[in-house]
Amino acid sequence: MAGLSQTRIIEIERDILSKNNGFARTNRDRLKQTGTLALNLMSSPGSGKTTLLCRTINDLKAKFPVAVIEGDQQTSNDADRIRATGARAIQVNTGKGCHLEALMIGHALDALPLDNGGLLFIENVGNLVCPAGFDLGEAHKVVVLSVTEGEDKPLKYPDMFAAADLMLLNKSDLLPHLRFDVGACLAAAIKVNPHIQTLVVSAETGEGMAAFYAWIEARASVSRASAVRSDG
Amino acid sequence: MHEMSLCEGIVDLIAEEARRHGFARVKSVMVDVGVLGHVDPQALAFGFDVVSRGTVAEGARLVIEQIPGAGWCMDCAKTVPLAERFGACPECGQHHVQMTAGDELKVRELEVE
Repeated sequence: MAGLSQTRIIEIERDILSKNNGFARTNRDRLKQTGTLALNLMSSPGSGKTTLLCRTINDLKAKFPVAVIEGDQQTSNDADRIRATGARAIQVNTGKGCHLEALMIGHALDALPLDNGGLLFIENVGNLVCPAGFDLGEAHKVVVLSVTEGEDKPLKYPDMFAAADLMLLNKSDLLPHLRFDVGACLAAAIKVNPHIQTLVVSAETGEGMAAFYAWIEARASVSRASAVRSDG
Repeated sequence: MHEMSLCEGIVDLIAEEARRHGFARVKSVMVDVGVLGHVDPQALAFGFDVVSRGTVAEGARLVIEQIPGAGWCMDCAKTVPLAERFGACPECGQHHVQMTAGDELKVRELEVE
């Protein structure tokens, strides 16, 4: 009836993250076109993520074309460090935002040409909370923890470790100087996520990095094999 | 403050529903938030007030229902309450529990006019 206000209930039952998940699906389809393996790297600030990434690129660039999307609230310092390795890099500044979202990755991909069968590293904003909930369209989430942090971090930030497929325990070269129980840390991660794989590495000395590269290469060959080539 | 982006998600959903169902004002928004998830209800309520300004959802009441955690214990073969993600079964003490509730994050219904 006109003029009469009528209150009604509309049932919608919609996931609040559905919009982000839609953009993530679009990114995933797009990455499939080039058979690109995309890894979403997450950690707290100062875990050595960028150093780890620079070393990885230097060691793998002869085998794979590598591109990087760098997320930070401010500055292009990290993208500059990555470009020094010769890899293509795009910096996404999230401003006040504490994590990357799928649409930001979509825009970054518009400006970042990808070669077939390559690697795309997405370095998320340093934060162990928010990035866990936002799918970017990556194949795997990789969480980096360093031995200068608490060994109980997987228990303190369970969402992040539950979402990750691989945990890299970085800065292992510092272990002789610290009281850090590696076994307790790995046990904490596995308690939160029984399926998580763990590697102990040092991006500084290169210790353990070969195992990470083997992990990447195995997954990159799957991405290459499942590529949907437009010429195909 | 990822709750801000979640609020933008809620407001976008409401705008879409407003076009579909043709309503001009929202009195309340009922959302389900799992207690084992990564969302702080207080931050969500604060963010919603800010983000909904100037939209069809302005002035709406955000009613947050917190969904308790639950899981299926494979050893006991039944649903048990879960106090933490990947916590132990409160009955047998084992960790063979698959989370089945507590991770919700959705808009359940809207009261509109």
